[in-house]
Amino acid sequence: MAQGSFAEATLRVFRGDSKGGAPADYRVPLVPGMVVLDALHSVQSHQAPDLAVRWNCKAGKCGSCSAEVNGRPRLTCKTRMDSLPLDQPITIFPMKAFPVIKDLVTDVSWNFTVNKKIPPFSPRPGVAWKMYQRDVDRVQEFRKCIECFLCQNVCHVLREHGKQEQFGGPRFFVRTASLEMHPLDGVSRTRVLKENLGIGLCNITKCCTEVCPEDIHITDNAIIPLKERVVDEFYDPLLMLVRKIRGAKKV
Amino acid sequence: MNSNYETHEHDVLIIGAGGAGLRAAIEALAQGVSVGVVCKSLLGKAHTVMAEGGIAAAMANVDEADDWRTHFRDTLRGGKFLNNWRMAQLHATEAPERVRELEQWGALFDRTENGEILQRAFGGHTFKRLCHVGDRTGLEMIRTLQDRGVHLGIDVYMECTITRLLKDGDRIAGAFGYWREQGRFVIFKAKSVVICTGGIGKAWKITSNSWEYTGDGMALAYDAGAELMDMEFVQFHPTGMVWPPGVQGILVTEAVRGEGGILRNKDGERFMERYDPKKLELSTRDVVARSIYTEVREGRGTEHGGAFLDISHKPADYVKRKLPSMYHQFLELADVDITKGPMEVGPTCHYMMGGIRVDAETAQASIPGLFAAGEAAVGLHGANRLGGNSLSDLLVFGRRAGLAAAEQARRCAAPTIDSSQIQEAERSMLTPFERPDGDSPYAIHEDLQGAMQSLVGIFRNEEDLRQALSQLEKLSERAARVRVEGSRLFNPGWHLAWDLHSMLTVAEAVTRSALARRESRGAHSRIDYPALDDAWGKKHNVVVKKAGTMTLVESPVLEMPDDLKQLFAEESAPK
Ligand SMILES: Cc1cc2nc3c(=O)[nH]c(=O)nc-3n(C[C@H](O)[C@H](O)[C@H](O)COP(=O)(O)OP(=O)(O)OC[C@H]3O[C@@H](n4cnc5c(N)ncnc54)[C@H](O)[C@@H]3O)c2cc1C
Ligand code: SF4
Ligand code: SF4
Ligand code: FES
Repeated sequence: MAQGSFAEATLRVFRGDSKGGAPADYRVPLVPGMVVLDALHSVQSHQAPDLAVRWNCKAGKCGSCSAEVNGRPRLTCKTRMDSLPLDQPITIFPMKAFPVIKDLVTDVSWNFTVNKKIPPFSPRPGVAWKMYQRDVDRVQEFRKCIECFLCQNVCHVLREHGKQEQFGGPRFFVRTASLEMHPLDGVSRTRVLKENLGIGLCNITKCCTEVCPEDIHITDNAIIPLKERVVDEFYDPLLMLVRKIRGAKKV
Repeated sequence: MNSNYETHEHDVLIIGAGGAGLRAAIEALAQGVSVGVVCKSLLGKAHTVMAEGGIAAAMANVDEADDWRTHFRDTLRGGKFLNNWRMAQLHATEAPERVRELEQWGALFDRTENGEILQRAFGGHTFKRLCHVGDRTGLEMIRTLQDRGVHLGIDVYMECTITRLLKDGDRIAGAFGYWREQGRFVIFKAKSVVICTGGIGKAWKITSNSWEYTGDGMALAYDAGAELMDMEFVQFHPTGMVWPPGVQGILVTEAVRGEGGILRNKDGERFMERYDPKKLELSTRDVVARSIYTEVREGRGTEHGGAFLDISHKPADYVKRKLPSMYHQFLELADVDITKGPMEVGPTCHYMMGGIRVDAETAQASIPGLFAAGEAAVGLHGANRLGGNSLSDLLVFGRRAGLAAAEQARRCAAPTIDSSQIQEAERSMLTPFERPDGDSPYAIHEDLQGAMQSLVGIFRNEEDLRQALSQLEKLSERAARVRVEGSRLFNPGWHLAWDLHSMLTVAEAVTRSALARRESRGAHSRIDYPALDDAWGKKHNVVVKKAGTMTLVESPVLEMPDDLKQLFAEESAPK
């Protein structure tokens, strides 16, 4: 642990609201094991009591504390101060793809509206409620998502092109995958993926996978298989027919 | 009523969107009434999301001999018979159905070989009883409930804090609050209100709890005239992280011990052999927390004042699969690989057994139209909660509260709210901005945490508790003069200034109740009264506001009916 080598660090934190703002510098004393969120709390207690930050668990479990630290989207509660170069100011900015409310707090409410577009879990009628670990394993990966929205924040379709209207974003492909691949689910969401969530706009750059703090293989395990389903269903009628005849066992 | 305020009207208003609040909302909605849910954080971030180890339900998927009777007995034994027996009975009998229902709503639990929900061992449970998903059970639960609730059509008011309950004469009429984002005030008019706001861990310094755990619901209910019961029973979870200081208090799930983790002191002794040779690490939390604390006090603690918890004798793959978030938590936050070596752990303030007194069947509090469920309510757990019993509590009593609140709303007419209550609520929120000087809310909070940590912790005595009371009084005076800087726009200092009122109210209730209970029982350990006292085993401590002051009254423990008593006789009879 880089203990004692730097007794203090400088945080360069965005201060402002929807009308604009600028970074401000704060000196913070270092404590062993300190994470960026601790440093922000220290600023709140001693220097800027109105500094707006979201957090809940401080253990990487709730996905509230997302921000851009030294230009990289991360959970501030899992970013150790001693993993950063402390001889320079540490910049902490709000997620760029979402409108700023104040300081590090952004308006992420759009995500909640996207979620409503996805048809909920709908068990096939008459199934016996038995599932095997090997079938559950694959879906459990997607269910690890803590909704930090870091993947949404880096996806260029949202971040650069602002296609919030047409595009659901990686988080909601993960969510759709968790429903589509549920061993007992009985409805198809391929039309929703194509028409409402705009999965076709994703060009598999994998930026989302790189930032996921839960190590979900968003692109390989969720998006690509879902894209294949869309292709199969809408562009390969023969395969569709075969599936229908086989009794529509979902894979 | 004054039309200057943003107003929303619902049949049932639920305060809190954790497991209890969401389950209540789903049930109330199923009754065909309109439901609003308010929460301080974003939807899905409530405390329930952090629960790790599992949910207790006697499904007998792994240990076939398990059934509700054993679960009932374990819960009462763990709670040292201070539990409301009827709640414990309802809980033990209904929990399996609530878990199955969750699965039918899309939750995916770990499986047994023949495709059933897998169950693991936990402290104080006779059988393997905790349904789980690795070590992120709470996330699975809250996401399932959240998605179901949203699709059924509950109205959710996120990042909105309730600061006062509104009344129409004796009955409940709604609530007053503010949007955290803009700081604007808002009024909710409702025929029934369900409080599901969780616990109070943020009043202690070392805690596993989030910023939301400031005892709001308990204070709101108390201020409105409801009764708080058994407030002295605060659970210190035996295993929180102790090092490095930046992560102190973060929970190390009991699932580590459930999966075979072993506790040792600095001399390598498996010290639980001294304190509970039969159950060892799987003893109840109160016993394990006290044991670790005692080892440390007697000089056998680790370098940083804790104990070693070791799971590295299990295959690395197994540890990573069963305890993935613990593996990452220690690797990333403490540079420790738990598949290779031990973790350093020590007690952390974790859970509130006490809370708003409610009726077992309906979850109604002593105020007509006011209900409470989850950690904010009292009764199920008695003097000590067993791990896993909280998540099942949320579902069983969340559902019951939602049902009864909807029925109540259907029975009664819309309440009226007189504007003086609202003006008063607004004024008390705004005055901190007007003060030219006064303490910062952060400084008062830090002193409160220091006082509770050192004076109202695991081991208590008369002198400390009296000192705590006098410190709380001074802190309350400082809080009454708290000063807030900045604007009303998303201002955490302002938010904390209000939270302080809740924390101080509840901390006082805890301390007064602890002072009154001159015995040691469950999570309440008095060094000056180390034994169980039968007389105290027959009564609850109840706190109520009378003429503006906190008053303690005693209330008898409900007598268990003979058929349930028989369950304990049967088991202790020789086989
Ligand atoms: C780290 C950790 C691990 C745990 N693991 C387990 C486990 O494995 N098994 C188990 O059974 N239990 C476990 N517990 C305990 C369990 O998680 C909690 O007791 C339970 O989740 C509480 O649920 P709740 O619905 O009562 O409240 P919460 O889930 O905490 O929800 C409270 C809600 O109230 C809202 N709220 C609070 N005040 C206000 C206000 N003034 N205005 C508006 N809204 C308000 C909050 O925003 C939140 O939405 C664990 C707890 C922790 C901290
Ligand atoms: S892979 Fe697709 S979803 Fe992920 S960041 Fe790239 S474009 Fe966005
Ligand atoms: S998929 Fe990963 S990055 Fe995206 S919201 Fe979920 S946890 Fe965060
Ligand atoms: S505070 Fe919960 S993930 Fe960071």
